[in-house]
Amino acid sequence: MTPAQASLDRVTRIPGVRGALIASAADGLVVAEQLMDGVDGRAAAALTGSLIARLGRTAEEAGVRPPVFVQLRGEEGSILAAPGSEGLVLVAVVGPEANLGLARLEMLDAAGRLG
Amino acid sequence: MTDEIRTLTQRLADEPSSLAFLELGETLRRRGQLDAACKVTRAGLTRYPGLADAHDLLGRILSDLGDLAGAFDAWADALRFDPMRTGALKGIAFLYFRAGDVAAALDHLQRAAEADPDDPAIPQAIARVRRDAGRAGLPAVEEPAGPDRHREAPAPATEAAVAEADVAESDVVQAIPAAPPAPAEADRAIPHDSPFAGIAEDERGLLLADASGQRLGGEVGRHGMESGDRVAAQLAGLSREAARATRLLGLGGWHSIAVETADAHLFLSAPTAETVLLAVREPSVPMARLGLLAERAGRAARHWLEQIR
Repeated sequence: MTPAQASLDRVTRIPGVRGALIASAADGLVVAEQLMDGVDGRAAAALTGSLIARLGRTAEEAGVRPPVFVQLRGEEGSILAAPGSEGLVLVAVVGPEANLGLARLEMLDAAGRLG
Repeated sequence: MTDEIRTLTQRLADEPSSLAFLELGETLRRRGQLDAACKVTRAGLTRYPGLADAHDLLGRILSDLGDLAGAFDAWADALRFDPMRTGALKGIAFLYFRAGDVAAALDHLQRAAEADPDDPAIPQAIARVRRDAGRAGLPAVEEPAGPDRHREAPAPATEAAVAEADVAESDVVQAIPAAPPAPAEADRAIPHDSPFAGIAEDERGLLLADASGQRLGGEVGRHGMESGDRVAAQLAGLSREAARATRLLGLGGWHSIAVETADAHLFLSAPTAETVLLAVREPSVPMARLGLLAERAGRAARHWLEQIR
């Protein structure tokens, strides 16, 4: 199992996580993924990459450092993103019942090992 | 009590955490049992405060009850959780039309048309509003300006225009009572310069921007450098992007974005469909508490925007 797959495995084992992927933040291309059926990995990667980039610019203009963790909350779940090194970002799609605290900790740890 | 209501009531009693309250609330509304409908829907909202359908339903019920200010708030909440919700857009559009604000009415109808291009009633309503506004001598706007425009206090629509508008093919339109709403005294008051007056000890770190990236109020920036305008510019289109992401991934409408950085916590939300609110605090402030502050600031911003309009 590659380190990337190991990271995804840890994240997707958390109850309520529908899938996770690692993408290139710059172009939104999927590097590795572990998703449930019905979760569009390419869309998740592209949209999250774009959002992270925008939030990074927003943070920069506000005079603070780049995002280390982002939660986009929807009515029926959330998209979690943790930018890692070498321009990679770890993304997870979670349902409303997920343990967000645990998912955040696992993702921050996993993102630190990316690259 | 009809069989249908009895069945729905029983279903809700069996599964109080289910979404059966929506169907029961709607059935009660259609049967004119508005107080009961309101009670059921409000109870459901305590379990599902982020459910746009429930806010939309509450808007229709309050509109039927004649509580137009309450209906406006409920539809605004529905749009906060689902900026593309056509029922709420149409409801607010016709409230604006009745208040004589044709530009705002057209704004909302055009957004409804973008959200649901297959609904033939929306272009018909747009044409009707334009035609009736012209007939009534109201200031119709062919191509509405951006949502950030500053408006004077609305003039009341004429009865003729309102009566014509009532014929539009939508439950929402039919639900709106005949009398045009009189602006509340509070709405006539001169608004404070800041949308966040009195919200927090330090108003700095709260910013309200419109959909086109222009700062409406508030300040952010660190180390004595004000950078609100530049931050606001980065927020242009954020709401649409976030909504697209959550929709495509089957997560419904977007609610908020929490951003952790090494030296700050940022929290973004959409107090209205046309605005984005950014709250920034030190990382020592827990994100959940920052979310509550943003929620309070969002309510203040909505009220401030209404006063401005």
